[in-house]
Amino acid sequence: MAMNFNSILGLNENALLLRAKRAEVLSSNIANANTPGYKARDFDFHKALKVATGQQSTGIERTNQAHFSGVNSDLPVQLQYITPFQAGTGDGNSVDLPSQQVAFAENAMEYQMSLRFLNGKLKGLLSAIKGE
Amino acid sequence: MSLYNIFGIAGSALSANSVMLNTTASNIANAQSVSSSSGDTYKGKYPVFETLYQNKINKTMHSPGVQVKGVVDGNAEPLRKHSPEHPMADDDGFIYTANINIIEEMANMIAASRSYQTNLQVATTAKQLLQRTLTLGQ
Repeated sequence: MAMNFNSILGLNENALLLRAKRAEVLSSNIANANTPGYKARDFDFHKALKVATGQQSTGIERTNQAHFSGVNSDLPVQLQYITPFQAGTGDGNSVDLPSQQVAFAENAMEYQMSLRFLNGKLKGLLSAIKGE
Repeated sequence: MSLYNIFGIAGSALSANSVMLNTTASNIANAQSVSSSSGDTYKGKYPVFETLYQNKINKTMHSPGVQVKGVVDGNAEPLRKHSPEHPMADDDGFIYTANINIIEEMANMIAASRSYQTNLQVATTAKQLLQRTLTLGQ
């Protein structure tokens, strides 16, 4: 029976990496909550996961190889600006701190969830190897 | 690994906010400072935050931290007070005190303190996630 790690771990591996990336993006928003002119950013996790698992293209067409691909080199993540709930706080900053904190906490939980799924897969593999 | 970058991002915010806490402490401490001329009077110090991009050309592609671009002096005119018996009074009997708005300073302090706490929490969470990841498969 042909097996490889990709087929065993499924999309959990990509999900874990994307959750880590999203944690980084959100932490950046939180760090810049008081920076004048900073625009909050995020990415669509479900779309990024589809792109990462090869179900969907990035959606950006390049007419020249020199153009930026619009995605991160290591992960197919396309950052987008968050539309602020309220217009203008006066200094051009669009970070809504509470919503970002909630999103960060939620993302951290989801990361641990992906971690647990991966752990389960690896445990299963291990017990299959040991023949217990 | 993206989680490692969080330490850099949250750490940059921690140092920026501690600068803001420092300037606020300095402003509050000097709120009653007296001098003999308006030029020598203590001026409020206010840090200006700036987004810290590691890669200046391709700004949209990664997550930036924050840094203090500089500390600017407040532009409030010193308060002039007639007090001839004061040892630091000038020839006309005037002393000059710093024009610090304590309420504004308290608001800045709370903002910096909250932001510091939030970023510390972010770094702690990232640390926990990394530790869990290290025990993967055990």
